[in-house]
Amino acid sequence: MDTKEIKLKFPIFKNKVNGKELVYLDSANSSQKPKTVIDRISKFYSKEFSNVGRSVHSLAVTATNRFEETRDLVQRYVNAKSREEIIFTKNATEAINLVASTYGEKFIESGDEILITELEHHANYVPWHFIREKKGAIIKFAKCNDRGEVDIDEIKKLITNKTKIIAVTHISNVTGAIMPIKKIVDLASQKKIPVLVDGCQGAPHIKVDMQELGCDFYAISCHKMYGPTGVGILYAKKKWLDILPPYQGGGGMIEEVKKDNITFPGSPTKYEAGTLQTAEIVGFSESIKFIEDVGIKNIMKHEKEILEYGLEKIKKNNSVKVVGEPKNRGSIISFTIKGIHPHDIATILDEDGVAIRAGHHCCQILHDKMGLAASARASLGIYNSKEDIDILSNAIKKCNKIFNN
Amino acid sequence: MDIKELYQEIILDHGKNPRNKNICKDFNKDAKGHNPLCGDKVHIFLKLNNEKKLEDISFEGEGCAISMASASIMTEIIKGKQFNIAKKIQEDFLNMIKEGSKLNMNSLSDIENMTMMSLSGVKRFPMRVKCATLAWHTFVEAVEGNKKIVNTEN
Repeated sequence: MDTKEIKLKFPIFKNKVNGKELVYLDSANSSQKPKTVIDRISKFYSKEFSNVGRSVHSLAVTATNRFEETRDLVQRYVNAKSREEIIFTKNATEAINLVASTYGEKFIESGDEILITELEHHANYVPWHFIREKKGAIIKFAKCNDRGEVDIDEIKKLITNKTKIIAVTHISNVTGAIMPIKKIVDLASQKKIPVLVDGCQGAPHIKVDMQELGCDFYAISCHKMYGPTGVGILYAKKKWLDILPPYQGGGGMIEEVKKDNITFPGSPTKYEAGTLQTAEIVGFSESIKFIEDVGIKNIMKHEKEILEYGLEKIKKNNSVKVVGEPKNRGSIISFTIKGIHPHDIATILDEDGVAIRAGHHCCQILHDKMGLAASARASLGIYNSKEDIDILSNAIKKCNKIFNN
Repeated sequence: MDIKELYQEIILDHGKNPRNKNICKDFNKDAKGHNPLCGDKVHIFLKLNNEKKLEDISFEGEGCAISMASASIMTEIIKGKQFNIAKKIQEDFLNMIKEGSKLNMNSLSDIENMTMMSLSGVKRFPMRVKCATLAWHTFVEAVEGNKKIVNTEN
């Protein structure tokens, strides 16, 4: 893969950071945007803008068509059975909240169990906590092992007749562990338990196929997929969307409104209340086109190569400890350096133009479990090269030098 | 700027070998400080006598070199001083970190001045200002406040 050519497609890399070339290793947090995405938003506002799905004038028709075309692209990208299964939200967090709130409201009762894992991002725990509080439900955490992954047997052990939903991450945003989603779905389906997958770290990096995975819900963050902020996607099997109640009420999501009764249309309209992030959703179509142009298989191959190079290089430094050793790892390397706090690491790296994240990465449960207050995390995107890793590795050595260890 | 302006020897030394990092005997005031964004935690203990003199002060906590060094430096400088003077030092310190103003306390020795000045580089790292100020806010909260928990985000 010619990452120099790829970087040219992303205007951000023209800028210097602290006088240095940008080495962006924070894509698990949010990815950078290709020019085609940025330009698409500008073009939409300049030439095609109107609110969608409401008016009948020409602009409204154009805008609606562009907006709905993104839905078709997403359906194709995740291989959903129908376009009605693709719902636009403001982010993946809202997508999970939508499910927790509507499914929780209808199907979870006092004493029922919600099964999640210790790997979960707060976005796949806090919404379930609300349901726990509201309904008197129980949240069970499948334990993560020393390698920073959750064993399928751990999940199997915790499934009971009271389990009402299993909510798991596709790829841990800390250890990079890729979860065996298909196996989990197989287990769950034996007891007719729906499975929600937090796909934030999955959809941008590996092939995701809803019909193959078989999960009931899949949450996607578009800004981690080289797309605009403010857009998330909920994939949900139509059978659920047909029976779950609406999430938010407002314009655009109604069928008929009377003083004594309101009726609602089918999905996705039922779940898209108010005016959405129209321009960003249109812009996101270019993100999918970008990913498809590069090819998800090429992305997987390239990121794996950089990941393995990075792991090998970083592990050579004796003061560095990589967080987790999962057998199947996504494009994430979290690490600690002996005697240096991750925030100091991040500040020192930043001086060399290296952008990483430091903190608990919204995974306090996991950090507590590993006995860490925080960790530093380098996460990859399609634009990263082996040179980026070399610069990272040298910047880590600089941390050692400053802290004399 | 050079990163070494931030990580000066004196800061690295206090970060690695923090002074007064314990729970001081007979403390009668304490408060906790928390920066939920980065996880820095500090717990300040102090013994304030009837004349409002800080007879003893110590801290416990975990966090980055900047937050730990700042807490350590603070305890060293304000220990044994009257609270009203210590509070002026705190205000002076905050002005230095946030506004870049020079320290203008007459009551500080040259060494104390220099030690506090070592943290002035933090001003150029806006994301790290809260690390440096957490202990200082928490110390004032311990004496004057009633919520006993300082949260940088509230």
